[in-house]
Amino acid sequence: MTETRKVALTVNGKRYEAEAEVRLTLADFLRHTLGLTGTHLGCEHGVCGACTVLLDGQTARSCLMLAVQAEGHAITTVEGLAPSATELSPLQEAFRDNHGLQCGFCTPGMLTTLTEFLRDNPNPTEQEVRIAISGNLCRCTGYQNIVLAALDAAKRLQAAR
Amino acid sequence: MKPPPFSYHDPRTVGDAVALLGRLDNAKLLAGGQSMMPMLNMRFVQPDHIIDLNRVDGLAYIREANGAIEIGAMTRQRDIEFSDLIRKRCPLMHEAIQHVGHRQTRNRGTIGGSLCHLDPSAELVTVAAAMDATVTVQGPNGARQIEFAAFPVAFMTPAIELNELVTAVRFPVWPDAHGYGFSEFSRRHGDFAIVSAAALLTEDSAGKITRASVTLGGIAVAPVRATEVEQALIGHAPDDKLLREACESCRKYDAIEDIHAPANYRQHLATVMSRRALEQARARLNSHAKR
Repeated sequence: MTETRKVALTVNGKRYEAEAEVRLTLADFLRHTLGLTGTHLGCEHGVCGACTVLLDGQTARSCLMLAVQAEGHAITTVEGLAPSATELSPLQEAFRDNHGLQCGFCTPGMLTTLTEFLRDNPNPTEQEVRIAISGNLCRCTGYQNIVLAALDAAKRLQAAR
Repeated sequence: MKPPPFSYHDPRTVGDAVALLGRLDNAKLLAGGQSMMPMLNMRFVQPDHIIDLNRVDGLAYIREANGAIEIGAMTRQRDIEFSDLIRKRCPLMHEAIQHVGHRQTRNRGTIGGSLCHLDPSAELVTVAAAMDATVTVQGPNGARQIEFAAFPVAFMTPAIELNELVTAVRFPVWPDAHGYGFSEFSRRHGDFAIVSAAALLTEDSAGKITRASVTLGGIAVAPVRATEVEQALIGHAPDDKLLREACESCRKYDAIEDIHAPANYRQHLATVMSRRALEQARARLNSHAKR
């Protein structure tokens, strides 16, 4: 029994419509059906945070949602954070400048998580940043440079306002 | 790790959801998915049918009525976290929810889902026990109320029938001048509590405790109301010595043992977490008294 449904949604401002098996997770739908492999999958049970996307502007773990549940919603993935193909967002710039990534596996989840966080908390303390990324595992950086990048990005975003 | 095959249903009304529950065998309800989806991905559960409640109307609200805060079962934990009404009228819940998972999971996770999943260490479960919540469930013959003390019947097993679903939870409000505290021990921020404690206090004009609620989460298969501590506090000024001595009684509760901690460690934590929660509650009583 393979039950499928048509899923129509917006991803990074672009309309998509595709057939999905009802048991398919949103993460696998983004990666395999739509070919948007920027969203990474680590643990597939909601612990590592690598697959975090924005669902109608709020972070969600895409491994803990079914693709059919995204019907009619707007998703932003890491591919949708940069303003253009040749520019990075201020947060992405800060990650690059502060060595906020090494292997890059956790980075999509870190960036989506911090995009929401800095939008809602434009002037965070270091402790608040650490709590904000407490649901995202990184095995390279020891988190230190991710925290620095987030604080730096907050400054850049404020200066741009 | 992928969910096993199932049929998917997304009803729009509570009535339709209840009808599906009654008609379909081996069906599971899907609320916020922050526990059900991992269990599906790991195939701990293999339902033939998933009934998704995310498109059911009228199950997401927070309102005050008849001396209680009523929260719809599909209200997201995030909406509870940022609710002014909860912060003002259920400050214990506002405090406790900061410990529930992470922002990404609170955006999706629901109060009804958390209570029905009934993880022994879940903060909202502990708060429901602390506040003597009442759970409203809807079945084919209408709605019924379950006192939270009778809600857990076994490990992760709520007292709801296979053809029923939780629609709302009522939390009786404590007086404005009450003190509240929540303390938990976990290995990392956002991890499940190994032991947590919730405390609620009221006092009279002489500073003697008139009402106390002390609840331990994570220690047993369901939250434990530390009635011995509550009784020891009534009628007394909550000084350090009294709190320390009263909380020692938390050591006697049967405790679960798992990969995170042995039973005697949980029993020790119960004495410490209950005291810390009460110290916070006392400090907040004092801040009311000074005003």
